[in-house]
Amino acid sequence: MNNLVVEKLKARFGESKIEASEFRGEFTLVVPKEIIVEVCRFLKEDDELKFDLLADLCGIDMNTPMKRFGVIYNLYSLKNKQRIRLKSFVEEEDPKLPTVTSVWGTANWHERETFDMFGIVFEGHPDLRRVYMPEEFEYFPLRKDFPLMGIPGSIPLPKK
Amino acid sequence: MPMGISCCAIEMMAFAGPRFDVSRFGSEVFRFSPRQSDVMIVAGTTTYKMAKVVRKIYDQMPDPKWVIAMGVCTSSGGMYRTYSVVQGIDQFLPVDLYVSGCPPRPDNLINALMKLQTMVQKGQSRGGSPNYGGNPGKDKPEPLPAVTG
Amino acid sequence: METHTEEVSRKSKILQALEDQNTNVSFEDPLENDMVLNMGPQHPATHGVLRLLLRLDGETVIGCVPEVGYLHRGYEKLAENCSYHEFIPHTDRLDYLSPMNNNTAYVLAVEKLLGIEAPPRAQYIRVLISELARISSHLMFLGSLAMDVGALTVWMWSFREREKEYDIFENIAGARFTTSYTRIGGLAQDVTPETLAMVKKFIDEFPANLEECEKLLNKNRIFLGRTDGIGVISREKAIDLGLTGPGLRACDVQHDLRRANPYLVYKDLDFDIPVYEGGDALARYYVRMDEMRESTKIVRQVLAKMPAGDVHAFKPKKVLPRKARVYTKMEELIHDFMIVNLGVEPPVGEIYSAVEAPKGELGFYIYSNGEGRPWRLKIRSPSFVNLQSLPTMMMGGMVSDVVAIIGSLDPVMGEADK
Repeated sequence: MNNLVVEKLKARFGESKIEASEFRGEFTLVVPKEIIVEVCRFLKEDDELKFDLLADLCGIDMNTPMKRFGVIYNLYSLKNKQRIRLKSFVEEEDPKLPTVTSVWGTANWHERETFDMFGIVFEGHPDLRRVYMPEEFEYFPLRKDFPLMGIPGSIPLPKK
Repeated sequence: MPMGISCCAIEMMAFAGPRFDVSRFGSEVFRFSPRQSDVMIVAGTTTYKMAKVVRKIYDQMPDPKWVIAMGVCTSSGGMYRTYSVVQGIDQFLPVDLYVSGCPPRPDNLINALMKLQTMVQKGQSRGGSPNYGGNPGKDKPEPLPAVTG
Repeated sequence: METHTEEVSRKSKILQALEDQNTNVSFEDPLENDMVLNMGPQHPATHGVLRLLLRLDGETVIGCVPEVGYLHRGYEKLAENCSYHEFIPHTDRLDYLSPMNNNTAYVLAVEKLLGIEAPPRAQYIRVLISELARISSHLMFLGSLAMDVGALTVWMWSFREREKEYDIFENIAGARFTTSYTRIGGLAQDVTPETLAMVKKFIDEFPANLEECEKLLNKNRIFLGRTDGIGVISREKAIDLGLTGPGLRACDVQHDLRRANPYLVYKDLDFDIPVYEGGDALARYYVRMDEMRESTKIVRQVLAKMPAGDVHAFKPKKVLPRKARVYTKMEELIHDFMIVNLGVEPPVGEIYSAVEAPKGELGFYIYSNGEGRPWRLKIRSPSFVNLQSLPTMMMGGMVSDVVAIIGSLDPVMGEADK
């Protein structure tokens, strides 16, 4: 089944663009950020594949000089009961990625969370605000250079 | 009033439930409105975002008032030494009693309530904000800033 | 102290989102104005610290923006600084109404990453505690929904049942809740026959007690009036918004991870998946009541089929050895030291593993770079995603329905805010 997914994607989008790998029975595909929305739409609307549930969307900080941030999409198909993972990387200087809220409505809050924690901006998102930290917080907590204890004074505390 | 924020709130509900019945001790009803309550039990991890809200509710309670810090998250930050958790609510609230446990058993909380009742009876804790019972006229609170725009 | 204008301009982003939200409810108000109401984080009926901004026309809700994050404790950053074993107590506090289930979910994810499996007896006991945790969580749902709608007696009765379960958990793991009972490769300790007898007694008495509660609610005109047809969500919208768990099964979608991708020993057990149509609060209530009955069926089968044996897998470098051997044998001492201080060291790779938690699909995505601490741990919490469907359910309803809808969706903020 997963081989079918890889074959169909490579047939549609070209051999060189998609890299596939496998670990513990799960497939991961690395997709360049320019075509991510088309890939997602193809995977959702194809009759055989039908990945109609976006289980998870998260960010990751690889802490490498090139392609520092990644966004990971975990998809699930209700009909075939299969999972697949898509990955897309962005640079540190320009962390922008097109949004997939037009494909799955659930991506709305997930992308807000990724923006809040990593600072990755999703172009075309209807309502990109912070979700966990207060609105005026200036840093992005899950980046590797942010300390665990936080930066003292970054959020004000009421006086005793 | 129960400021139930996270897991300790479930033990607080059990403490009001049928097995560990708190209405035996005179605290039958949990008033959710701060204007009608004497004791605030802060139960659960207080984050920086929530601290403002807790302080606001505390300020709305009329004097005399007491605070019980339930659980280790409110006493000292608990097992969360992270960027968003206040390491102890005594950084912004005057606390009368600390109850330890993660979460404290309801028996422990009943013990705390009884201790508070003894403290008040013996006069060890007058309760309330610093201006309460002070010299009227001398310790005047600061005037609020003017509202413009 | 910020001034009034500063506060207004600071709040404008979230108010902007509320005002801009497309609403498909029209209002014919001769005065042509609407009101913004704040159901703040401190509220008796919002199931924890959830803030709702409602835009109202009289009593009708025409816009709703939920705000979460008041309980954000930084779990994912904490996980990058803890070893895999040290994170197990933190998973208790995620969905704090069914902590045993979260422990099982996390440990299954780490075992998938390591490529090991727990022995059969441990798997059966994990199924047993997961189903008891599901019953406990659904009982809390029953109590709070009934209390929010006005029936206080049911809350007291469901708490009486929960206290019986707490006694069982205390016998198994030592704590009432926040148990941290499972370990990588097995469990912390075995269950005693006395505990299994307690479980059997509880399961035998439970269906009768559940019927008592149902008698008060199922044909009650007030309860039906407050939940029937309230908070409707269509099937396509539910899948699009990522709703999982009882909310999805109440929209006529037969999807349960215990059947679709079976984990532990669920493929050997015989149980049904309750599915109702309608997508409203009453359907969600029926789904959860039936799920409690299916869970008692599963527990009975587990008690009958439980094999004897060990509860720890024998994989020396990955599973914590037992204390008796640590104190007497040299190799176990070294392994214990290495695992506790440096962490189990899985191979480089990433996995996503999900289980069917009482609230929905609880998933863990772990990316490991070979060290004893995860490089990235993402928790896919069902309540965070379920809360996203709240504005869709509330459109056009009244303010008093808001409470019933939140109660029927049953969010837990400890999980939604991580």
